[in-house]
Amino acid sequence: MAELTSRGSARVAVLKPQVYAWVQDYGVYAAVLVLLLFNVLFTPHFLDASNFRTQLVQVTPVVIVSLGMALVIGTQGIDLSVGSVMALAAALTVLYLGYGWLPAVLVAVIGGAVVGAAGGALVAYVGVQPIVATLALLVGIRGLANVLVPQLVEFRNPGLIALGSSSVAGIPVIVIIAAALTVIVLFVVRRTTFGRQVVAIGGNRSASELSGLPVKRVLLTVYVISGLLAALAGVLATARLQASDPTSLGLFIELSAITAVVVGGTPLTGGRIRVLSTVMGALLMQLLSATLIKHNLPQSWTQMVQAVIILAAVYATRKRGTR
Amino acid sequence: MRRTDLAEQTDEPVLEARGISKRFPGVLALDGVSLALRPGEVHALVGENGAGKSTLIKVFTGVYRPDEGRLLYKGEPASFGTPMEAQRAGISTIYQEVNLVPMMSVARNLLLGREPRGRFGVIDTAAMYEEAERVLAGYGVETDVRRPLRTLGVGAQQMVALARAVSVDARVVIMDEPTSSLEPREVETLFGVIRRLRDSGIAVMYVSHRLDELYAVCDQVTVLRDGRLAHTGPLAELDRLKLISLMLGRDLDEVRSGGMTRFSRDRSSENRQGDGTRTPVVEARGLTRKHVLDGVNVSVEPGEVVGLGGLLGAGRTETAKAIVGALPLDGGQVLVAGMPLRGGSTAAAIKAGVSLLPEDRKAEGIIPTLSVRENIALAALPSLGRAGVVSEAKIDRVVEIFMRRLRIKAASPHQLVSELSGGNQQKVLLARWLAVRPKALLLDEPTRGIDVGAKAEVQALIDELAQEGLGVLLISSDLEELVEGADRILVLREGAVVGELSGDEVTEEKIMATIAEQSDG
Amino acid sequence: MNREQVSRLIQQHGAVMVLALLVVVGSLAFDSFATAGNAASVVVSSSFLAIIAIGMTFVIISGGIDLSVGSLFVLGGVLAAYGSQYGLLVALLLPLAVCGVVGLLQGLVIARTGMAPFIVTLAGLLGVRGLMLAISDEGATTYLVEDPAFAALGQGGILGLTWPVYITALLALLAMVLLQRTGFGQNVYAIGGNEQAAALMGVPVARTKVYVYVMSGLLAGLAGALNAARLSSGVTILGIGLELDAIAAVVIGGTLLTGGAGGITGSVAGVLLLGVIQSLINQVGNLTSAFQQVVSGAFLALVVVAQRLLSKAQRLT
Repeated sequence: MAELTSRGSARVAVLKPQVYAWVQDYGVYAAVLVLLLFNVLFTPHFLDASNFRTQLVQVTPVVIVSLGMALVIGTQGIDLSVGSVMALAAALTVLYLGYGWLPAVLVAVIGGAVVGAAGGALVAYVGVQPIVATLALLVGIRGLANVLVPQLVEFRNPGLIALGSSSVAGIPVIVIIAAALTVIVLFVVRRTTFGRQVVAIGGNRSASELSGLPVKRVLLTVYVISGLLAALAGVLATARLQASDPTSLGLFIELSAITAVVVGGTPLTGGRIRVLSTVMGALLMQLLSATLIKHNLPQSWTQMVQAVIILAAVYATRKRGTR
Repeated sequence: MRRTDLAEQTDEPVLEARGISKRFPGVLALDGVSLALRPGEVHALVGENGAGKSTLIKVFTGVYRPDEGRLLYKGEPASFGTPMEAQRAGISTIYQEVNLVPMMSVARNLLLGREPRGRFGVIDTAAMYEEAERVLAGYGVETDVRRPLRTLGVGAQQMVALARAVSVDARVVIMDEPTSSLEPREVETLFGVIRRLRDSGIAVMYVSHRLDELYAVCDQVTVLRDGRLAHTGPLAELDRLKLISLMLGRDLDEVRSGGMTRFSRDRSSENRQGDGTRTPVVEARGLTRKHVLDGVNVSVEPGEVVGLGGLLGAGRTETAKAIVGALPLDGGQVLVAGMPLRGGSTAAAIKAGVSLLPEDRKAEGIIPTLSVRENIALAALPSLGRAGVVSEAKIDRVVEIFMRRLRIKAASPHQLVSELSGGNQQKVLLARWLAVRPKALLLDEPTRGIDVGAKAEVQALIDELAQEGLGVLLISSDLEELVEGADRILVLREGAVVGELSGDEVTEEKIMATIAEQSDG
Repeated sequence: MNREQVSRLIQQHGAVMVLALLVVVGSLAFDSFATAGNAASVVVSSSFLAIIAIGMTFVIISGGIDLSVGSLFVLGGVLAAYGSQYGLLVALLLPLAVCGVVGLLQGLVIARTGMAPFIVTLAGLLGVRGLMLAISDEGATTYLVEDPAFAALGQGGILGLTWPVYITALLALLAMVLLQRTGFGQNVYAIGGNEQAAALMGVPVARTKVYVYVMSGLLAGLAGALNAARLSSGVTILGIGLELDAIAAVVIGGTLLTGGAGGITGSVAGVLLLGVIQSLINQVGNLTSAFQQVVSGAFLALVVVAQRLLSKAQRLT
């Protein structure tokens, strides 16, 4: 009896990890492909360039923010402050627009890095849990952004407007920037000492310490990068809106970014960072909601389907994540 | 011979293992072990790491089910599915790491699940505190029972755990190294409690490596070695040397016939012996940490292999960790090539040229989510690139060199390190350190838990490295490995160096005799 | 008192002390602050968050987190308003039943699969929000409270305070007894403090976790229902992000996010503290409510840093 059950479960055990592994590695690509195929077949005007462009522009902020989130999650951390950092960047941009759009953008990005550094310092040096440290920033920085710019401010700076609305060879500049950032983050993760150290620290912190890695400095840097990217996302979104809106810009984007990372198969337990899959995860969620809307299924469906996808993705990565 | 022949009721074993075997993938952790625990006796269970002690305890307490053999409890066949079941039946365990809830109060920990109730079935806190104070007074713990448990000393915490274990109507109490962090005074109290338990008819199983303690409190002893029963019987019939030889697996007559390891160096060649004139590559002076290390001095010269001997818990691992700055110290100094090491950070030690191969491969060694290649390159990364960008070509070259030199068996350098065998994982970690070109390597149990072939290869490598001028500090519980591998051996006991053996003195006999010497305390 | 006792006292009662201090300072600084009317308005508006924070306290002490409460609060409100056309009982029971089931499902998933509470309840947040939108025609329909008795539950009261305040106080009392004086409460602490040890000490870990999430769901639903009664409608946009306010209040109240320590008094004080900060900022006049967020965020950061330092101080002795 005991033998029977153990043999039966052994067979299941041989099959299951492979299925999970496949889902974790390629699931998100397969899902995007299926959705694309479905839309090509059943959605009118899906292949129109303008539709494509709209979708890509809409998803850009989430993509940029989730690149930083992927790094943070790779260290077993989390960054809830990203949405508020976007709002702060929007506020700083419009406040300093008088000095020209480039200095304003620079100030906004530096502001994001400073917020990231604050969160990183709390996590790395004080030892506060990432979720509380960045929750405090989520609350406080959103407030700060609102104090700086209490209501929506429209602007007419041609440089900034051009950043948000111009295209090169039919591709919006915003999308090009997001793609470039993806490539840079991919390079950092795959080809730099820092990137390897980030993954190693997430995989086994005490082994990394014993191997002489600058653990605290790396952790701090990861949060700085996340803040920087969130600020950039905020600037680009502001440029596209042609208005600074610290009250609602980036609201709940931390949830979308975490979703993108998780759906992309990066385990919350750290030690792995999947940059391209994270971008795919963001695209998948965008495509999903677009598909449901195009087929007249309400927003409520999108959120419920998202919930199911998150659970499924985490369930599939749960076994391998701890290995 | 068998005592049961004339036994009265009380002499029947309360807990008995008969021919217990337990297999794990690739290891036979227990091989036909039989042992009887009688009411009113204190029974020592000893053996080195990997001997099967903890597996046996886990079989007794329902964590594992034996693959073969039978467990008898109060004369009836027993099979506990969970530790809870075993506990309810009357088998309580006190683990080395106090298994209570640190942030809850002492009283709530002690009485969790059995709190006195007042009106409406609500916990009567006044009665609870009173009861807790009363119970703990019997264990020599006098403290405010409202305090969180973690604010107590480890000794007092252990007493609370013991009090809790006994108060659930235990017939058998298993103690896993209960004294490892106790003050001498607390040890005395503990012994008093143990004797009281014994006198009230409870069977106590006592796991420890401190010989003085075993002889002070135990009646019977069972020695395990490599998963097999090496000896069981009254402790008084064994002298210390005999007990140590049983534990370390070397029959006294056999000691000299060795020669199974792959160490082949001629120890008499001139550059082997430390003659005191050369600057030690690494030197530790007066390493001290409360309860752990007591003024340990160690020095290793270039090309020298210094062994650290002693039983488990004697402070060997802690010494190595302290040298690389991974263990905070109360006092002491580390010099590398004559220069004091500052900051107590591992990074500084590595930069100066001293690296540690940790004992716990899984928790402190490998990065399980990364490939063999990334694991090898990890510590050397800053030197394998330019301006923070890694050179894949340089990494490939280093990885290839070391995978070949250490004969690391992996499907490819890109295979996940966690999929490798223990021996190959160990070689990966050795490669990680060799890639940073250290001046000295501290090896903590480098061959434990790896197969015979890999073991021989690692031993040969240690030899080779020393010949190339590397200073090696070798920690091993395998006496043969220690004697054949080391030029000089420091013997530790209870956190202090109690003997130094060199030249002809480097024998297994001598090590065991040094360990066995009565400690003054 | 030695350093350890002082740090323990601050850890446990810091929020209450700061609250008292703020009230005193506020009364001295602003004439219009220490009025019965102002106090009542702070207490009334805080009561709904307090109910959620009570449930969150249990969850966090057990070592988990519940992000779904904001969505459940809204869903509870919509269901209560919808149910009120069938009378008081349905208006109360419908949200409790649905939110309790959501909590049960989350608890089961967390306890049985070992998936992180953060992610499970994140999915819960999205799913519940979707459910809420689905039953309110994508937020277009706002159900009005039909039953006068139910509306009175939210709006009526005695001694200048509305019924929800008394309900909150009663719930807080019950929760305190549950947490401090029952086996269930002890189990919650034990699981959050050391799950493995708790299991060895005989605590039914999985069952306790499920109960905790059911409780949190029920309380969030109740808070939503009472809020709907207060507003006479099931508003679909309020309550978004409320989970973060609740977590902030609980953490400010001295409950450790790592689990195993904390209490109801602190959480209630944390909620009131957030309310008093808001009220004080309103008193200053020319400051926007955004300023309140800055102060709350800074305060939260201060609290977590202080907690780290305090726990280090306690460990040293």
